[in-house]
Amino acid sequence: MKIFDYIKPKTLAEASAFMIEHDGEAKLYAGGTDLLILMRDGFITPQYIVDIKEIPSLRDISFDETAGLTIGAAATLNAVASSPIIRTRFGLLAEAAETIGSYQVRNRATIGGNICNASPSADTVPALLVLGAMAWVFGGGEEKAVPLDTFFTGPGKTMLGPGNILTSIQVPLSPAGSAHRYLKLGRVRAADLALVGVAVLGFPQPGNPSGYGFRIALGAVAPTPIRAPEAEALLAESVDDEAVDKAALAAMRTAKPISDVRAKAEYRSAMVRVLTRRGIQEVLEDLH
Amino acid sequence: MRHRITVTVNGETEFLEVESHRTLLQVLREDLDLTGTKNGCNSGECGACTVLFDGEPVNACLVLAVEADGHEVITIEGLAQEGALDPLQRAFINRNAVQCGFCTPGMIISARALLDRNPQPSEMEIRQAIAGNLCRCTGYTRIVEAVQEVAES
Repeated sequence: MKIFDYIKPKTLAEASAFMIEHDGEAKLYAGGTDLLILMRDGFITPQYIVDIKEIPSLRDISFDETAGLTIGAAATLNAVASSPIIRTRFGLLAEAAETIGSYQVRNRATIGGNICNASPSADTVPALLVLGAMAWVFGGGEEKAVPLDTFFTGPGKTMLGPGNILTSIQVPLSPAGSAHRYLKLGRVRAADLALVGVAVLGFPQPGNPSGYGFRIALGAVAPTPIRAPEAEALLAESVDDEAVDKAALAAMRTAKPISDVRAKAEYRSAMVRVLTRRGIQEVLEDLH
Repeated sequence: MRHRITVTVNGETEFLEVESHRTLLQVLREDLDLTGTKNGCNSGECGACTVLFDGEPVNACLVLAVEADGHEVITIEGLAQEGALDPLQRAFINRNAVQCGFCTPGMIISARALLDRNPQPSEMEIRQAIAGNLCRCTGYTRIVEAVQEVAES
């Protein structure tokens, strides 16, 4: 690993200014569980590592009935998975966070890192997409809200420009009576990247012909994590067995997986259908 | 860039000077001669380098040494109290949960932290807690039994 300098700014402004001054030579550092490995393997060679995780409020997890849930970008995945408010009111996110890495990794890895590393298979992202999350980004002395579904621009790529820092994720309240599942297919049950990730949120929606609303997001099967709107629309019409099958098929058609060292595209495609159907069925069982 | 840091390791205050790029794993093994913590994969996948950082298990290969400034680290060497083995260490011996021994320090550290936060874990909870500690020798059965033995007592 190329030798680098470790910098620990005290404020977001200081961190942002440093990143602009050293654009292209500096990387933001929180948990380091992705960054240090990329550096060790020689994929990136930053001159400076800028540790932001102890900047005040970046680790905070807070909730109020109006703003909803606010999670500091440097909150560890274990903090997210074990937070009482997240487990009770936003359980899908806790479920997804717990599938990542191992207990040791989750004590360091952060939700902000999972998002900003922008792997197509990032496990917290399908859950956050389905929950309607907003990313708060610091830059130019102010913070602006970026809907999470516009945050990712490609594999490993985000809309963050020089000096931008993701500071928190805001999650609105879920519809009353909702049920959820995050299904992750890996080669092994723990500490593996998702071959396919499916997040399903279902809730009573009297205005819909089926009586239910569904939100479905897919990970690891497209350049970025994506919603499955055709599947969602089918379930708004009906949730009988035929409709569930059709929705699973629609989700499969929404996915655009690639073949890589972990799995072939055809397998991932087939598994989107299986996991989506399973997720919808399990959520429906919870809802009834 | 060199950093002067103060770290409490196994209860002792250590004053160290470390370069930015060195990991906690390297500093523990090379500067403090605490070679109980092992380097298995250097990428946070195998858990052989697991130590307690402020009481929580982390992969020391993914912590920069400079970050340990002001914090408490416990390695496998720090578990035995005044020559008396930790109950987990005794159970691992009694249950033949050690073959080559390479995973053992990290495995015991993870198990110690599990029992500290959950004194009566189910078998699944034990397996999930040690999911980040790979063992090539034992097949995990006796390791799980050793943890269960300590949990039951």
